[in-house]
Amino acid sequence: MKRILFLGTTLLLLCSCTSSKKDLGTNVSVHFSHYWDSIPVSPTDFNSLKFTTKNGEILSIENLRYLVSNLVLTDVNNKNYELSKYQLINLGENQLTIPAVEVPLGTYTLSFVFGFSETQNTDGSYPDLNSVSFNIPNMLGGGYHYMQFDGKYIGENLAPAPFNYHAIRAVNKENPNAIAFQDTSFKVDLGVLVLTNATEIEIQMNIAEWFKNPYTWDLNELNTVLMPNFEAQLLMSQNGKSVFSRGELSQ
Amino acid sequence: MHCTSKEEDEIYTPVPYNLEIPALFASKLIAPVLPLNNPLTEEGVALGKKLFFDKRLSGNNTQSCASCHNPRNSFAENQSFSEGIDGRFGNRNAMPLFNLAWNFEERFAWDGKELSLERQALEPVKNPIEMHSDWKRVAEKLTASPEYPDMFKQAFGSSKIDSILITKAIAQFERTLISGNSKFDRFLRNETSLSPQEQNGFDLFMNEAKGDCFHCHGSNQNPLWTDNKFHNNGLDATPTDLGLGAVTGDPNDNGKFRSPSLRNLIFTAPYMHDGRFTTLDQVINHYSEGLQQSATIDPLMKTVAQGGVQLSPQEKMDLKAFLLSLSDTEFINNPAFKQ
Repeated sequence: MKRILFLGTTLLLLCSCTSSKKDLGTNVSVHFSHYWDSIPVSPTDFNSLKFTTKNGEILSIENLRYLVSNLVLTDVNNKNYELSKYQLINLGENQLTIPAVEVPLGTYTLSFVFGFSETQNTDGSYPDLNSVSFNIPNMLGGGYHYMQFDGKYIGENLAPAPFNYHAIRAVNKENPNAIAFQDTSFKVDLGVLVLTNATEIEIQMNIAEWFKNPYTWDLNELNTVLMPNFEAQLLMSQNGKSVFSRGELSQ
Repeated sequence: MHCTSKEEDEIYTPVPYNLEIPALFASKLIAPVLPLNNPLTEEGVALGKKLFFDKRLSGNNTQSCASCHNPRNSFAENQSFSEGIDGRFGNRNAMPLFNLAWNFEERFAWDGKELSLERQALEPVKNPIEMHSDWKRVAEKLTASPEYPDMFKQAFGSSKIDSILITKAIAQFERTLISGNSKFDRFLRNETSLSPQEQNGFDLFMNEAKGDCFHCHGSNQNPLWTDNKFHNNGLDATPTDLGLGAVTGDPNDNGKFRSPSLRNLIFTAPYMHDGRFTTLDQVINHYSEGLQQSATIDPLMKTVAQGGVQLSPQEKMDLKAFLLSLSDTEFINNPAFKQ
């Protein structure tokens, strides 16, 4: 009798341990990789005039860092599992990875916001972003850049010239007495994935897309001082929507 | 009978040092870099301060760290290049010392070659054009002194003095050099107001279409007033001092130097890595009309084709007024930082 009780208890414990282990889920990390169309881009490609835009300008990359926020996995019951509240991705400094978070096994959709949404974009609130000077001046509404992308391009005059493709919340200062803002951050949906094991999710940025889709970007016209340029910010936001895609799922 | 040495019996526990972090720094920035292998202690900081001002660190006992990093000048040098003990001059302007614990990547000097404050302190002592000594000789001098062995014992648990412990102590002292009470800091704390000139100057500083200084030199949300990154700011068409490029060996880094903090400018002339500008007016003129194109010029120097941001005389005065509002007289008069 005692033996049966012992065996029964042991069996019960084993079953509960197994189900607990399953409930704990698995580790999911995210890695951002970068391309110019199909060509991989890494920091070793920086400072070299070798990328050709759709409009025909040849450019170099000297600085590329951008903010992603609300990176979540949403399950079939619409429950969100937050992978990252926000993260500054910096290609030049190889800061490309979001640390692993434990998530239950299952089927999910993956999404994130490029930049900060309006409610998150509060001035001076993030010490880590302040510490790397990612702030926007108060005269443009404060808050944070979505992206700083700097380099040089060969333009119409055939001499290298600078560009500062800085994406921020759009500011319309046409009427100085009634400054208007437009939230140009955008959600990126990266489709369905099934977690069966520890997983690294690759998210790809096609840098070339910032210059072509749907708006063919002419760097001769739009190169620097783009932060206060309301129309340019709207175009960046439109072009940005086709920049990101999901890459490999390593399980 | 079990005999123990006197040293083993006397175990002294140094007192942790309470670093007074300015409220703005605490709220706006991530934590300062305080290495685990060199925690701040009262004894370590006191020892480091004494060493900082001690001329025995030089070959002929005539120079200390403070000889080139003068507290009155915000721990900077008031001439372009410093003169070493043998009458020879260096080729870089001695940088001011403050808020060093918030240099998060710990790349010090104009060219980033010194990877930590402890490592930086090793160099000037043995440099033949600076203090021209050697660490073995310095250690011997300090060991022979009546006061240092006990001070080292209390700070580090050992009276065996060497370059490691000396530079650790100096680094501890340097980490306490905090400047955060300028007029602009008091303005941000709502304790004072800016003059119209200072406000207009700040607006120019923060305007991407005008000065656009904030991308490299911080903002009201980054009270360091520097990004501590390396930029070619258009000083020379052909840089002869390669700066970061000489450290990394990468030609794309040629002519790049660390953005200095804009705090305490009233005390830290001359300016730039080689002290070429003796006045702030010259600095502002450089960015306004004097930019030089080169292969590695930073893309943020967006107006290089026009020579610079083209400020009017009034705008220049206003910008200067704002920059001077970042100066902190409390820092240079702090008795804790003086001999």
